[in-house]
Formats: sequence, C-alpha cells, structure tokens
Amino acid sequence: MTEEIIIAGFGGQGVLSMGKILAYSGVMQNKEVSWMPSYGPEMRGGTSNVTVIISDERINSPVLSVFDSAIILNQQSLDKFENAVKKGGLLLYDPNGITRHPVRKDINIYQIAATDKAAEIGIPKLFNMIVLGGFLKYKPIVQDEFIRKGLEKSLPARHHGLIPENEKAIKTGTDIVKPYHTI
Amino acid sequence: MKELRLMKGNEAVAESAIRYGVDGYFGYPITPQSEILEHLMAENPYEKTGMVVLQAESEVASINMVYGGAACGKRVMTTSSSPGISLMQEGLSYIAGAELPCLVVNVVRGGPGLGTIQPSQADYFQTTKGGGHGDYRLITLAPASVQEMYDFVGLGFELAFKYRNPAMILSDGVIGQVMEKVVIDDYKPRWTDEYIKKTFPWATTGKNPNQSHVIVTSLQLDPVKQEQVNLRIQAKYRECEKNDARCELLNCDDAEYVFVAYGSSARICQKAIELGREKGIKIGLVRPITLWPFPTKVLRDMTSKVKGMLSVEMSAGQMVEDVLLATQHKVKVEHFGRFGGMIPTPQEVLEVLETKIIGG
Repeated sequence: MTEEIIIAGFGGQGVLSMGKILAYSGVMQNKEVSWMPSYGPEMRGGTSNVTVIISDERINSPVLSVFDSAIILNQQSLDKFENAVKKGGLLLYDPNGITRHPVRKDINIYQIAATDKAAEIGIPKLFNMIVLGGFLKYKPIVQDEFIRKGLEKSLPARHHGLIPENEKAIKTGTDIVKPYHTI
Repeated sequence: MKELRLMKGNEAVAESAIRYGVDGYFGYPITPQSEILEHLMAENPYEKTGMVVLQAESEVASINMVYGGAACGKRVMTTSSSPGISLMQEGLSYIAGAELPCLVVNVVRGGPGLGTIQPSQADYFQTTKGGGHGDYRLITLAPASVQEMYDFVGLGFELAFKYRNPAMILSDGVIGQVMEKVVIDDYKPRWTDEYIKKTFPWATTGKNPNQSHVIVTSLQLDPVKQEQVNLRIQAKYRECEKNDARCELLNCDDAEYVFVAYGSSARICQKAIELGREKGIKIGLVRPITLWPFPTKVLRDMTSKVKGMLSVEMSAGQMVEDVLLATQHKVKVEHFGRFGGMIPTPQEVLEVLETKIIGG
C-alpha cells in the first residue's frame, strides 16, 4: 500500500499540521512516511501545501507531481492540483469560497463544508481536523487508535488536553463529508 | 537506547551534532537551513553535553570561529546555504591549508547570486572542485534521506579527523525540509581535553615543556616549503580517493540503463525507475554518496554492463563532467537538470531517458 497525498490551502488553515498528524499516525502504525512542505515565499500569507506519503515500503521520491489523493482548501489550490490527481483517484474539497467547482469525471470527488461547520459549532481552530475526518472516511489509511497516538506525538504536551476535542472534530468530519461526483 | 523520531533533515543534523558529542557550533541563519540553529538553540545542548552553540555576526565570522575551534582539536562545525557558503570560502581554504578537521553543512538553494530559497544542487562545482583558492579538496558527503542527514554528521567528523581536512555535507532544500523517520542514538560524551592532548599532537592545547611549539598556520612564504605542504596534502587526497569513495547501487543487477544522481535527485530517480520498470525498461541507479572522492571506479566498471547513463542533477550540468571523466566516452552519457529552484518530476526524468538515451 502506498498513498500519495497533496494537501493544499491558505497559510493558517492548518494544512501543514494536518499533514504532520497524518504522517505521525502513519509512523505510529509502523508505516514509512514522508512529509514535504512547500516553503517558498508563496506560503507567507498565500497558499501553502504539503505532500504526505504513507507506505508499507521504502519511499522513493518525497516530491511528486501526481497524487492518489488531493485535499483542497481554496480556489488557487483547486486550479493548481485538480489535474494532478491520478485517474481513479480522490479529490476532497471544501466548497467555501469556491467559484469554479471541479470538473473531472474520471476521479472520485467529495465535498466537506468544514469551514461552515467549524464556525457553526465554534471550533475554527479544529477546522483542519474536520477535513481530516472527512478524508479518512473514504481513505482509511490509518486506524483511529493510531490517529490518537499521532495526535499525542505531534501536539506539545501542554495541548494534550485538547486531544478529545480533536477526535470529536475528526468524527464530525466523517459525518458531514458527502460525495460530489463518484465514478 | 535507539529512539525513533519523525524529523526534518535540518533538525536531524542539529540533533545528531548534540548526540555525537560535537564541541561547538557557530552559524548564521539562512533559508532553507534555519531549523538547524533553531533546533540547537531550543535543545540547549550546553546543559546536556557542554556543547557551545553561538549565533555569529556573519558567515565569515562563523567559519573563522570554526577555524579557531578546530586548531584546538575540538569537533566544531557550521552550517549555511549557498550564498552563506560562498562567504565562507576563504576560511575553508585556510582550514584546508592549515590541515585542520571540521564539518560544514550546505543546504543548497537556487543561484546564482541571492537566487531563490528553493532546492538546488548547483553548488557541486564549488564544493568538489574547490570554491576557495589553492589546491585543496573538501571531503563531500551527499545525504539522500533524513536518516543520512543524521548519520553523516558522525561520518563527516570521522573522515575530517582521519585526513585532517574539512568535510562538507552537501544537502539541498528538499532533504533539509522533508520530514521522515529517523533512528537517533544515545548522547555520547564529548572528548576530554586530556584525550585531545594525547591523541592530536597538532592541536594547540597549551605548551608542554617536553614538546616544541605547535603552530597552526596556512602561511608558508618559502615556496620550497609550501610545495612540501602541497605534496603532503595531495598524498592524503590520494589515500582518501583510494579508501573512502562511497556509492550505492540500486536495481543495477539487470539494468540496461542507469541514472547517476545524488541527494534528492536520486530519490526522484528511484520513482522514475519504478515508473520505467512498470513499462518494462530495465533501469538502475548509481548514487554517489561521496561526491569527492567521486566513485570513479564503480562508474568505469559499469560502462561494459549498460547501454547508456543519464546524469540527473538540479543544476545545468556539473556532476555530469565527473561522470564523463569516469566513463571516458565508453558509453553514452547525457545530462538532465532543472535549476534555479525547480525540481524535476519523476515523469520528466523518465521521458528524457527514453528520448535522449534509449531513443537517441
């Protein structure tokens, strides 16, 4: 099993930390992992993205141009990465602020209204965990118990009290994600 | 006890330096390697091992602090990225001339000039051919993973002390920024002053009444004597070439074509090999681990086994010159590179192999 994922959105949406939690969960489940951030000038106030690879085998390139899955959180990233999803792959996006929706017919596309939901229940900082929950519903590449361990590893000890809330947000994500176009 | 962590390449360098028992780090921040100094500062190694970490006022100051520490037989290092490394060239030439060991890490970014902060491998010439003046070489290690970023700190110091010459870890923005699993060691104690005094007669450790003065210098105005210094240094380099050229071969047993690539380019080539083999093309990888000394013999032996080689670098074509020297036109060799901070994709690397080597 190898899953090659791009997560892309605005700086501040928790793109990098979502990737880090996913990667750490993979480590806890004894997988090979790679987490490669964009660190260019574009990340300062602009777009931010990270390539996460989780695999049962030694990972070769940490830098990729096509992906099994794309988690997309703004219009610029949708424009940039829609065509980078492999045929038969997965695209998950938050429709908030999206004016041009995805048009691909050869991939599975899912929508998650995580921005709205996070605002509605008053947990804007856990927006990214809602998205992660939505992703894991359709790509259960790491199991729940290892997500918890991944959270423990990637969050500083002083924030460990927030782990149950993070888990709840992940659960919320699995509840609200819905298909947009499936093959 | 070994411990498993998820770390950036830059953090791995810093953590390794502390745990290996390095005495001093002197550096100045620059993207994409600032996490090295950040991690060292956050870990407060002086409390753990007595290691000194100092943010110098410039790269020129950093390398000269390294020069001073090295003259005392201490294990000292600095790190920077391309423009900062350019500023250190005078110091590196002096340290090589004075025959002192030290470790320098270059997390390369796109140039020339201030260039970009994105990954590049365009400092190959500067590193392996002598970026400073005079006949000297840097023992150059090219890590292709976070684990190697960690391991090569120790290996770099070992080789630097073995040959009393600066060693360089030539990394790039990909390997510096990527997070991967890494196995880290227990803390090793730093060398004691007694050990240094006993082991390194060339180190300035205070005057011993039974000893003549130890003078550390790269200045020798008498050309007859300066030639002797050069001959001694060159003899060391021939030994190093004989004993310490390293490389890794992957998928080479049945390969009809090989990529030659180091660092992150080697990782990208591995993906291209996977894609190529799915199409039935038998491709292997020769990955130089030391760029100087270059694994010349391995490549020369390879010329009778394969039909062609593609040298892949994030530069306009630098290592390819060493590949050509090694293979002496006995096999077809071409270069492919992206540069200025652009990273080649596995797909385009494979396409170039198909058009320039297989079809060309």
